[in-house]
Amino acid sequence: MGTVEIRPAPHIRGERTVEKIMLNVVYSLVPVCLFYIYQYGISAFASILVVTGACLLTERWFVKTGTQSGNLADYSATITGMLLALTLPPGFPLWMGAVAGFVAIALGKGLFGGLGFNVFNPALVGRAFVQAAFPTAIATYTPSFLPGRFLEFIPSSLAWPLMMPADAATWLKAKQLDALAGATPLAKWKFEGILAEAGDLLTSLAGHMAVGPSPLLILACGAYLAFRRYLDWRIPTAILGGAGAVAWLLYLFGPGHYPNPFFMLFSGGLILGAVYMATDMATSPVTPRGMWIYGGLIGLLTVVIRYYSGLPEGVMYAILIGNAATPLIERITQPAPFGKGVFGGARKGASYPLHPGYISREEAGAVTPKKRILKNKPKADERRTPNS
Amino acid sequence: MSSATTTRGWDEFMEGIWKQNPVFVMVLGMCPTLAVTVSAINAISMGIATTFVLIASCGLVSLMRRIVPKEVRIATYIVIIATFVTAVDYFIQAISLALYDALGAFIQLIVVNCIILGRAEAHASKTPPLPAMVNAAGMGAGFTIGLLALGVVREILGNGTLFGLSLFGAGFQPWVIMVLPPGGFFVLGTWLLFFAWRARRKQSAEVTQHA
Amino acid sequence: MLKTLGLVSGICGLVIVGSYQGTYEAVAANKRIAMERAVFKVVPAAKSIEEYYALDGGSIAKAGAEAPAGAVKFFAGYDEAGKLVGVAAAGGAKGYADTVRIMFGYDPACQCVKNIGVVSMRETPGIGDKIVKDKEFLANFEQLDAKLNAEMNALAHEIKTVKHGSKADAWQVDAIAGATITSRAVGKAINDTAQALLPKLVPNLDKIKDKS
Repeated sequence: MGTVEIRPAPHIRGERTVEKIMLNVVYSLVPVCLFYIYQYGISAFASILVVTGACLLTERWFVKTGTQSGNLADYSATITGMLLALTLPPGFPLWMGAVAGFVAIALGKGLFGGLGFNVFNPALVGRAFVQAAFPTAIATYTPSFLPGRFLEFIPSSLAWPLMMPADAATWLKAKQLDALAGATPLAKWKFEGILAEAGDLLTSLAGHMAVGPSPLLILACGAYLAFRRYLDWRIPTAILGGAGAVAWLLYLFGPGHYPNPFFMLFSGGLILGAVYMATDMATSPVTPRGMWIYGGLIGLLTVVIRYYSGLPEGVMYAILIGNAATPLIERITQPAPFGKGVFGGARKGASYPLHPGYISREEAGAVTPKKRILKNKPKADERRTPNS
Repeated sequence: MSSATTTRGWDEFMEGIWKQNPVFVMVLGMCPTLAVTVSAINAISMGIATTFVLIASCGLVSLMRRIVPKEVRIATYIVIIATFVTAVDYFIQAISLALYDALGAFIQLIVVNCIILGRAEAHASKTPPLPAMVNAAGMGAGFTIGLLALGVVREILGNGTLFGLSLFGAGFQPWVIMVLPPGGFFVLGTWLLFFAWRARRKQSAEVTQHA
Repeated sequence: MLKTLGLVSGICGLVIVGSYQGTYEAVAANKRIAMERAVFKVVPAAKSIEEYYALDGGSIAKAGAEAPAGAVKFFAGYDEAGKLVGVAAAGGAKGYADTVRIMFGYDPACQCVKNIGVVSMRETPGIGDKIVKDKEFLANFEQLDAKLNAEMNALAHEIKTVKHGSKADAWQVDAIAGATITSRAVGKAINDTAQALLPKLVPNLDKIKDKS
């Protein structure tokens, strides 16, 4: 005899499941990762592999404890791992990469209750931890497109666990490269006052620059995701617009003192962060107005941190602060229910067309991991009841 | 009779170390716990200093428990505690200035450590001197163990040493975050997680046993 | 109630006074040893030290319990024969996290700053605390120019911390790459103290050149 299942709405589900969204993000990240490997060779490949592996192992362990939502097959840990590896220097010691991956999943996601419950972007939590723990290693970049990069590891990659990595400067000297070639364009600008060409930064193809994967490629991959509606175009637009506008205003006031806005936009991890990290569904606002505020805040903070703090790069902290502000932003940008004015009372004679933007993410019944009510896991004594 | 007394004394002592551990169970005295545990030796010194203040002030409070008027008891306890803290402050300066610099203001802040006032108010003011001091010694030992648990982890990861002895040789990569304030929170959080997990497991084991 | 409170205060007073008396000598000895150790570190040739104040009117007085207004404290280091070999002074400036307090040695023979020691700091471990052991940075203080100008009222050249790798003159301090703020604090601490002390001290060096 069949069972009759009684359950509340929704009864019709859209095709967009968590797994599908995540899988598409993974697909869109593959070209970015390949480009990164093309830039930095075998070290970058090993770094992506180890970091993603650490993320998956940690995820598996947390899933096994049975206290969190999500599972290995939803590809979210894979995304975290790939993104985390892309934000680390290519020659980052592999053991530190593994630490970063573990912290990202354990501290950034597992302890909050798993997929959809995390407050901060897990990849950035992992990066923030290693940034504070190993400040020297994370600031040590090597130039891209070195000869023999597919056969030889960057020496710092292969440091023994818990041990200090080899000095990249001597290795670069042996290759007859200026030690300055290993500084990121942002660090060069901040500490030496040397500006890189915005065009070179955009393609990342110019030789011997210490830059991440091409912002152009990331934008293209992001455009694919936005086109398929797997990410909301408003957030990257707001971040880049906000950062660009602030940088442009400052550039107008002091062209000699501040770099041009294109340098700001294309350098560092701003594009990667704007497209892939700030758009994480669980940690960004759901209301369209909130997305604009959130993005603008991140853009502004990025430029402020880059210009006025001791750090050359500020995208990571800007996004983390944005993540922290998300619940507040959502609260103040709640769309007014039909028939209610902004100040609570009903307004007479006003009409409220249902703005399509208000249903942007929920449209077509998308099942996002957002805002689920925490199901109480059966407690130990309840689980035991049938047997006793 | 005598064996019963020793058992009770032993229980009084163990209460602070395990069942009511001030750091991991009662989560009291977090200020020194987070601030001074960057190395094992700092942790131990802080623990010993606090233990001394605990024992001495609980003893004195207990002696005076019948004559101190109820209205001014807290003020009296604070004066007593502050006295012993001042004494400890001098002793530490006399023993080692380097240690005094490392512990900084946290020696004086033992005055406001809620473990001590809590013990004085909740226990010593109702108990005869000897059990009160035994209990205080247990609490102090528990506090020291708690600090040490943090200090050891933070020193090993943050500096590669234990009690100043190098563990991994010169090539060790220190985890800078561990000797910074966030490291204190991370390590404390991890220990609390561990103890909560243990307690949960024990509880569920007991439930199964009874059923 | 009064009687009880009086009793408590009495006991507490006794304990405090007792411990103060009991530890007074050990504490004073410890402080002296710590200070001497710091001075010997920056004036390695010294075998004994004396504590002095450089006063406003251009005179120098032995340090007593009370510091006169405008006085700058310094330590004179003497060798075995009782000849002045160097002067040490302490200074402080705001670093990255908190004030960085340092002690530096001044060599009257070359009119330069030789050796520094860090008295206290709370800089980021692994970055700011490189000032203690970074060899390149410490090389700045092998012979850091601290000559006075012709009027003898200030340094001829301000001691200044410059960006890593751009040290050009003998009075400049080459910063540690990545720890510019802490390096700058060291430079500023030396400069501030040297500007205050040396104009008062240098014209009077004769007065303290032999151990009294």
